[in-house]
Amino acid sequence: MKYMLLICRDESVALEADERADMASSTDAWVTEMDGRGVRLLGNRLRRVADATTVHVRDGETLVADGPFAETKEQIAGFDVIECANLDEAIEVAAKHPVARYGTIEVRPFWED
Amino acid sequence: MPASDPGPVSDPGGAVADAFRQEWGRVVAVLIGMTGNWDLAEECAQDAFAQALKTWPRDGVPRRPGAWLTTAARNRALDRLRRGATEAAKLREAAVLAPTDEPHEDDESGIRDDRLRLIFTCCHPALPLEARVALTLRTLTGLTTAEIARAFLVPEPTMAKRLVRAKQKIRDAGIPYRVPPAHLLSERTAGVLAVLYLLFNEGYAASAGADLVRQGLCAEAIRLAGALAQLMPDEPEALGLLALMLLHDARRATRVDDAGDLVTLEDQDRSRWVRSEIDEGEAVLDAALRRGRPGPYQLQAAIAACHATAAQAADTDWAEIALLYGQLSRVAPSPVVELNRAVAVAMADGPAAGLDLLAAIEASGELSGYYLVPATRADLLRRLGRWAEAAASYRAARDLAATAAERRYLDRRLSEAGAHGARPLRTESAALATRQSLLGSARWPYRA
Repeated sequence: MKYMLLICRDESVALEADERADMASSTDAWVTEMDGRGVRLLGNRLRRVADATTVHVRDGETLVADGPFAETKEQIAGFDVIECANLDEAIEVAAKHPVARYGTIEVRPFWED
Repeated sequence: MPASDPGPVSDPGGAVADAFRQEWGRVVAVLIGMTGNWDLAEECAQDAFAQALKTWPRDGVPRRPGAWLTTAARNRALDRLRRGATEAAKLREAAVLAPTDEPHEDDESGIRDDRLRLIFTCCHPALPLEARVALTLRTLTGLTTAEIARAFLVPEPTMAKRLVRAKQKIRDAGIPYRVPPAHLLSERTAGVLAVLYLLFNEGYAASAGADLVRQGLCAEAIRLAGALAQLMPDEPEALGLLALMLLHDARRATRVDDAGDLVTLEDQDRSRWVRSEIDEGEAVLDAALRRGRPGPYQLQAAIAACHATAAQAADTDWAEIALLYGQLSRVAPSPVVELNRAVAVAMADGPAAGLDLLAAIEASGELSGYYLVPATRADLLRRLGRWAEAAASYRAARDLAATAAERRYLDRRLSEAGAHGARPLRTESAALATRQSLLGSARWPYRA
């Protein structure tokens, strides 16, 4: 089954330089492991919500606004698409993601019929 | 009792009713294993029992009712799949069904029983807690949706929706139908035990009302815990939970008076405690403790056994109980357990020793706002004859108490403290009463 991991964290909390370095290297290690297992199909970091744009169309008119679609305590900082045998494996993969230690990973199954 | 009434069966006394209680969960579990389709499994199990109801009176009860029912349900599933499904699905499902009577793939844990796979799947932590409870009841005990709704005091459509969503999530999110592998087993087992204990507590808390469906939850929980203990013979906590339930259940009928008020442990009519359940609880507990791996349920069961085996309230072995709470505090630390320990220590070594422990709990601030903290302090002060301080603490407790019954109790104690010189006080009983209500709330550690 395919799952989307939404990597969420509070972007207003700045990491110390050494934490940032550690996060970068452990994320690399996670990517390497999951790519190696054939679990991770793709993924990336996302720019901060300050760079987000929301778009909706009403009565044929395109409305463009600044910011994310919802104000939340944690924001989506990245995503990964993984292919797993079942939810337990997806949970194990998510739990290994370094951001899980201080943020939240949302595991969403793909809509597959 | 209604809670164990078989849903689709009209003769609860008969062999079909027995088979329903014994075999429902197993039949559903096997059918889910074969088809992967929860709704189909339930429907076919129901059909099989309906068929038994028709043919058993005529042809006699089969030698192995479980096998008969499973075969009937399986044939029913085949029929339905052949009739209903698309060609592709039909082939797929028929392929699942066709090859063998033993459809198990090996579970990584090496445990092979479909009911166990079903319990672990129903209690998967990705499901909302209330759905875990409902699904466990529906699929493993066969309670109807209406009965479960009544037991949890929600409208039937709400419960039906809850069950549908849970099954949807199992399918759509890919919750595996299996006993978890070794590295997940202990954590997931704790989750299963918590669901069963929650179930039991729902029934236990309902003793006051006339609602027999709710009370019947205790029997269902005991039956499930028994099955789990049998299926996981190496898990002493499963035995511990079973023992704990049995020991509580033995005195269920004496916990409430005719007016519906709670009766303290001291005042319960011990002659009405169910001796056979106490004996069984003790035997199960001994079997668990022999494994040498005590956990929270075994320790709570050991505490319950101390109470259940005291011929009189005054015979209670408080020193042993204090030790057990100390151990419980180490394996499953919680301020409520500490509070219980303080009360037990006060009973064993005197109120002053209890007050010392209580002071530490108060200093931690973890239970601030919890009425049993000042209520306990008040009782201990009273036993020391420090009346004015006791009265102040009773007042503080009364202000925090949530229910009318609690306030009534505290008011009585407060007026006794006010009239302290007038007559001898039942100091021991006050402390016991508090302790008893404490035990009630210390059904903790896994209460969600």
